[in-house]
Amino acid sequence: MRHLGRALTRLESGPLLTGRSRFVSAISLPDQLAMRVIRSPYAHARLTHIGLEAARALPGVKAVWTADDIGDIGPIGYRVDAGDELAAHRQPVLARSVTRYVGEPIAVVIAETAAITEDAAELVEIGAELLDVALESSKSRAPTAAPTVAATVEKGFGDVERAFLAADLVVELDLSVARQAAMPMEPRGLAARWDGARDILEVYGTAKLPHLERDMLARLLGRPASRIFLYAGHVGGSFGARGEIFPEDVLVCLAALRFGRPVGWVEDRREHMIATTHARGQRHVARVAAKDDGRILAFDVGFQIDQGAYLRPDGLTIAETTAAMLPGPYKLAAYRAHGEVLLTNKTPAGPCRGAGRFEANFVCERLVDAVADRLNIDPIDVRAANLIAPESMPAPRHMTLNDQPLIYDSGNYGALLDKVSDAWSLTALERRLEGRRAKGERVGLGLSIVVEPTGGGGGDGARISVDEAGTVEVVTGAADLGQGPETAIAQIVADILAVPYTDVRVVHGRTDGIGFGQGAYGARVTVMTGTAAQQAAEKVREKALSAAAAMIGVSVDRLMLDEGEVRATEHPEAPGLPLGAVARALRPERAGALGEAFVPTDTAGLSAEAWVTLDGPTFSYAIHAAVVAVDEETGVATVERYLVAADVGNAVNPKLIESQLAGGAAHGIGGALYEEFQFGDTGDPVTLTLSDYIVPGADQIPDVEVIVTDDAPSPLTPLGIKGCGTLGTTGAGAAIAAAIDAALDFPGAVTTLPATPPRLRALLRGVD
Amino acid sequence: MSETERVSFQLNGSSCTVSVEPRQTVADLLRAQRLSATPVGCDQGICGSCTVLLDDEPVRACLLFAPQLQGRSLRTVESLAKGGTLHLLQQAFDEEDAVQCGFCTPGFLMLAAAALEHDPLIEDDALDALMTSNLCRCTGYGAIRRAVKKAAKRHRRTV
Repeated sequence: MRHLGRALTRLESGPLLTGRSRFVSAISLPDQLAMRVIRSPYAHARLTHIGLEAARALPGVKAVWTADDIGDIGPIGYRVDAGDELAAHRQPVLARSVTRYVGEPIAVVIAETAAITEDAAELVEIGAELLDVALESSKSRAPTAAPTVAATVEKGFGDVERAFLAADLVVELDLSVARQAAMPMEPRGLAARWDGARDILEVYGTAKLPHLERDMLARLLGRPASRIFLYAGHVGGSFGARGEIFPEDVLVCLAALRFGRPVGWVEDRREHMIATTHARGQRHVARVAAKDDGRILAFDVGFQIDQGAYLRPDGLTIAETTAAMLPGPYKLAAYRAHGEVLLTNKTPAGPCRGAGRFEANFVCERLVDAVADRLNIDPIDVRAANLIAPESMPAPRHMTLNDQPLIYDSGNYGALLDKVSDAWSLTALERRLEGRRAKGERVGLGLSIVVEPTGGGGGDGARISVDEAGTVEVVTGAADLGQGPETAIAQIVADILAVPYTDVRVVHGRTDGIGFGQGAYGARVTVMTGTAAQQAAEKVREKALSAAAAMIGVSVDRLMLDEGEVRATEHPEAPGLPLGAVARALRPERAGALGEAFVPTDTAGLSAEAWVTLDGPTFSYAIHAAVVAVDEETGVATVERYLVAADVGNAVNPKLIESQLAGGAAHGIGGALYEEFQFGDTGDPVTLTLSDYIVPGADQIPDVEVIVTDDAPSPLTPLGIKGCGTLGTTGAGAAIAAAIDAALDFPGAVTTLPATPPRLRALLRGVD
Repeated sequence: MSETERVSFQLNGSSCTVSVEPRQTVADLLRAQRLSATPVGCDQGICGSCTVLLDDEPVRACLLFAPQLQGRSLRTVESLAKGGTLHLLQQAFDEEDAVQCGFCTPGFLMLAAAALEHDPLIEDDALDALMTSNLCRCTGYGAIRRAVKKAAKRHRRTV
């Protein structure tokens, strides 16, 4: 049975469906203590007094610590290379004398039960002297205190000044995306246990970047990385929220080490709202230069990121990505981006599904739509005229991303545009929508095109071994956040070793199983770990055939793998030698008996290892199309139809891709229409529950239509694989904004996301 | 700190008597009983991940206090599969790829299970409407709606 390219059911689903799941809150180690963090109620204040006596005296309380009690641990560093100039913007584990956002940890309680920690937390007194609050400058608010510019990012190519001088048309737009968040359904949590017998710190509930987290914890705790084991269980979604070291992670580990007892911590949703990274919060002033015929010459973009109080371990990644990916699929003669990362008195910001790209795509496509409107050319025609042609691939973008040259590996954007046009009969659809608008309905169509970097770099590997029962184990440094990596990797390996994918067990999220791994960020698991698994599996196949040839006494080229057996190529129906028997013959104490016909490899048993490095990311792409209706009275926008057409090269499992795209689109629709953190002028957050922060529900998301194509397999990976990642999310803001413009018959109307009812009512008043 | 009291109820079909603190929620109690598959997503009754059945009605386990279980019957996702055979809903969720991270899955399963038990002939529109009570961040809901309707269709045939 072939596995690659088939829509097989997930290997991960069984435990999740039947209640055998192991999310972090389900982890209960013998003798486990509970932890609770006491957080700043002030956006910016000097701490004058922290009263801990009453809390410490409560029965069952083991300790209450402030910054003075944890020694010199921290601040939390960067997992990416960051210059010394960023050192000042790292977050302390506990605020020492000044607190910089509501929710910042200032003390921690460890007690026998979670209930006691909550009782104790209420007894902690905080005295503070309020300081001026720096907030972002926006179209609706002047800053109270000026934010500090923590860093700037510059990218570009070509002569921008000349391009603007040569232009027939120049349009400038002021475009914002509100503060939003990944908002996974499972809050963050962690449990840690010090195994004194072996002097190992075991950490449970890690996610996304186990090996990178291990290395950061080792530095923070002053322990060798080899004495810290991280184990991931089930993870209730990440979308960017997890996998970067937070203060709580350090505190849980420190408490476990100090007490010699396990310590567990799970945040509640209110804490999640103020203490887990926020995201987006970008304002852009962007100009486009174009010729009368619709040719786009250049973009010139200045943007600001409302970073919050500190930089997160991902450093300037989001600013870099915004700047690098903003030109999208378009060939430009010149481009310039200047980004500023602003420190404000808000929750620190970090990655969120489509980080930097959701925002950049919104800006890029708003500019393209503006050109189409001013020149009175169909938006699709303007796009088609400016796309990078397939003949130009691989297409260097004359910029770098993550210190690698930015080169689109492959893509046929025009072909995908044609497919979308056919799938939705766009001409006929436009006519129908015009008809509805003529009858007074406010309904419109919008479109966007997305290019995304997926995978790239190095550091991902796989070790495959076959046991005597013929079961295949693939040990990886990848991570599962709900995207289906066990299934995808098993499908790749199953074909090469000719076994059912259900016989392939994929191990991930354990740092004691393999020395290195990059986890699951940047849409990399299938591209990187999948490719490593493919290469390791090919080595295992070669080894199995070579050993079998020695066992049977025939030449290797007359053997093949089929249905879990080594068989003679000329007699495929004849009984073969099971892989398990080959594995047994290859046991290190037996392998010598294979004689000289078998050339041993440097790994024992029927096993092999492979590590992969790519010169750069693969670039997958997608087109989003949305039909949106706006209610005249309420300003409520409803997405009637939504399409994501994506090219991910050769899809390992199209069903998983479709599901990820559909889910991504829901997140994107949320970002386009509903999701927003709001703050008062004192820096107090007013969005504290899932009633305030609107994660869209089933009535707000239509059945997302998905097309998965494979017109442009990656030349960088042997199987032509690219990542799917956040393609479903990234284009949603731009497509929905364009659809709303069309619905309101007001080109360029949407300049701020989310396009909430109050914003749309204001626009409607402008229209009327 | 507070006094404990004894509460007796049916838990997944078996009699159960436990000591609880009055402020303990049903979600807390389930975890203490080593039934750890009912997740708490918001503790505010909004997301619905912790949906369980109380006397066959879907309720939020995070909003219900343990003493309120006295004399009543509680069912969780652990009770859905019988003797190793998946419930129609579990089967359909698998087939339709309605599970990604799986955190919200128990809540959706219990919500739909109650609906199918109450009205085996429940219409698709009613199921669509019902699915708006819980939140999911991974799937975009389409697969969940398809799975629930597929299970309902199979269930109708058995009535």
